Amino acid sequence: MLDLLNNFQLNSLMFLIPSLFMFCCGVYGFLTRRNMIAMLISLELMLNSVDMNFVVFNRFLCPGEMEGMFFTLFAIAIAAAETAVAIAIIINAYRIAKDIDVKDLTKMKF
Amino acid sequence: MEATLPLLILVLPLLMFLFLGLFGKYLSHKWSGIIGTLGMGVTMVIAYYTAYTYFFSGDFVDAAGNRLQYVVFDQQWLSLWGDLSINLGFLLDPISALMLVVVTTISFMVHLYSNGYMRDHHGVYETGFQRFYAFLSLFSFSMLGLVVATNIFQMYIFWELVGASSYLLIGFYYTKPSAVSASKKAFIVTRFADLGFLIGILVLSYCTETFNFMSMTSSSVGEGLYHVDVTSAEGVKTMIESRAGQMFLGGSIMTWALVLIFMGGMGKSAMMPLHIWLPDAMEGPTPVSALIHAATMVVAGVYLVARLFPLFMVNELAGGAALDIVTVVGALTAAYAAIVACTQVDIKRVLAFSTISQIAFMMVSLGVSRGDVGENLGYMASMFHLFTHAMFKALLFLGAGALIHAVSSNDYTAMHGLRKHMPITHITFLIGCLAIAGIIPFSGFFSKDEILASCFGNSMVAYVWMSLVAGLTAFYMFRLYYLIFWWKEHKVHEGHHAPKDQPWTMTLPLIILGVVAIFCGLVPFSEMVTWNGHPHHAHINWTVASVSLAVSIVAIGIATLMYRKENSLPAKMRSLFPRLWQGAHHRFYFDELYMFITHKIIFNSICKPIAWFDRHIIDGTMDAFAAITNKASYAIRGLQSGNAQSYVWVYLLGALVLGGGTVAIIFLFF
Repeated sequence: MLDLLNNFQLNSLMFLIPSLFMFCCGVYGFLTRRNMIAMLISLELMLNSVDMNFVVFNRFLCPGEMEGMFFTLFAIAIAAAETAVAIAIIINAYRIAKDIDVKDLTKMKF
Repeated sequence: MEATLPLLILVLPLLMFLFLGLFGKYLSHKWSGIIGTLGMGVTMVIAYYTAYTYFFSGDFVDAAGNRLQYVVFDQQWLSLWGDLSINLGFLLDPISALMLVVVTTISFMVHLYSNGYMRDHHGVYETGFQRFYAFLSLFSFSMLGLVVATNIFQMYIFWELVGASSYLLIGFYYTKPSAVSASKKAFIVTRFADLGFLIGILVLSYCTETFNFMSMTSSSVGEGLYHVDVTSAEGVKTMIESRAGQMFLGGSIMTWALVLIFMGGMGKSAMMPLHIWLPDAMEGPTPVSALIHAATMVVAGVYLVARLFPLFMVNELAGGAALDIVTVVGALTAAYAAIVACTQVDIKRVLAFSTISQIAFMMVSLGVSRGDVGENLGYMASMFHLFTHAMFKALLFLGAGALIHAVSSNDYTAMHGLRKHMPITHITFLIGCLAIAGIIPFSGFFSKDEILASCFGNSMVAYVWMSLVAGLTAFYMFRLYYLIFWWKEHKVHEGHHAPKDQPWTMTLPLIILGVVAIFCGLVPFSEMVTWNGHPHHAHINWTVASVSLAVSIVAIGIATLMYRKENSLPAKMRSLFPRLWQGAHHRFYFDELYMFITHKIIFNSICKPIAWFDRHIIDGTMDAFAAITNKASYAIRGLQSGNAQSYVWVYLLGALVLGGGTVAIIFLFF
């Protein structure tokens, strides 16, 4: 058992498959949830899975470089700002519609 | 001569226009009047000095004593292709110097006079008083620019400018519908004539390969145009065979060019059948009528023909009919206008028709001007009459203005017997009437005698015809005079003041012009203004003069008999020729004819189809584009549901299709 642990090799698929799973969850949530907060959470899931991909590819394809890491850090920062904006929009939408169900917010048509 | 002073003649009125137009509203009425008048006065003095220098300094004559054309300056304004360019300049020659004097004198008198005229009886200034002065300055600038033009294009530019300022001044009382329609009529009719003028310019400059007057009409006539010596028989032959001599629709190209240019002159100078705007133009303030529609702008047509006279002469030598057309149009117009003037009630309209008739005299005089009659006596006579006519017609119009101002009506029926109430106006008006009737020694006698003498030398028909018209002139002027000042005692209505002479600003110009109208016939004109600058002595042809004098005196006698005291003779005369009287009273239905042609024929057969085409074909095409776009967007607007998640579905499916497609292509082909 210890032997198994000692010979354990990390492999990029180990990260990519959970990341793909996370991404699909995000897509699914984004498409099916009606609550805008839930949709925002799904969006964050998708973003995080993409961030993970960056890190993984950086680590396994070109280990000496740091671009993927930094890119991820930037993406996290931007995502935080974007979340703040999204929440602000949701609050305003709530003030107007008294509701945050995305099905009811269809003013922006035609 | 330094270019600065002559330049000032143009610049001062322009500056006055800009100053009064932009800042007039910050000035008091009184001061804008004074500034405008002073500006014009200074311009007048400079113009006098320029003309004096030109005529009397001796610098502008050649060794043989001929007066030269002198270009004070000539700046390129617009460069076209090749050598062709349009210049703006200042040409000084006998007729432009003469016109400088005429225009500035009359303009100054009118500026002065308007200080009094543009007020009501209590001395309150009319609204738009500053605007009035600004427009007067604009007009003076344009007219001066026209007369000193060095090339035909400059003349055309200023020609349109005088048309525009005439439009502005006729429509000065723009709240009055009749004034507005009169101004539009004047503009459209003259604009229509100017179309001919423009085509004429293009044809002429195609023939002569220049716009410049001096190269067109260089001293050895025909050299500029045909590059030949026209005094020789071969020269004339070459001329006829040249480019300008080619035939087109029954006339040489040259004849067509000159006739088209003359058409522009007909419009401005109100020759039949383009005269219809001038009587209506009397809707403008009376000083404007005096300045623009009697003395200066309407003689622009005569000036144009005189300016191009050497070309008309060459055309005549080459067998063209341009000068004959000028003669015929002039003669018909003179008689027509004189007959109509006998029946009008509105005194300004009588004067307007009289103006048309007198300008036609000048045209006829140019038309009959030939080398074999007293060295182109007609040309000199025409310019002479232009000069004297400007003085006495301005006098008559300003006198009419004083009368209208005093009784607040244009009809002589409201005047009758004013001689005791307005002695100064009476005397000066009488001087004007005597001058226009051609009584010795008033100025009109001399100029009209020269015109009749040159007609006499040219053809007997023209002479008899014009003499009769001169008799009619004397008749209708004295009819007007008696109906205004005699006929019966003037009735002063209850609660009205008796009419009296106007303030000095109005009587002073009358007195000055009256003195000028008496004496300006004594100017030795033939020594100053001739067609080729060669001075000669013109003698009074006493045969012609005594006949015309007799005709005038008889006509005045008839007028005295009919109109001095109230009697039934005029009514009897009217019932004797009811058709003629009715026709003349309605100006021989020219306006009705135009209305018929424009409204019934042109509107129905041309304008309506064009309007239909515009509305249905051109607008229809554009409307169809708009409708198709509109329909298409309505059809697909369901895509914009406003539901964010449905957009995401579309995006997702699109991304999957693209991604899957790419992968499939890679697997299939690589």
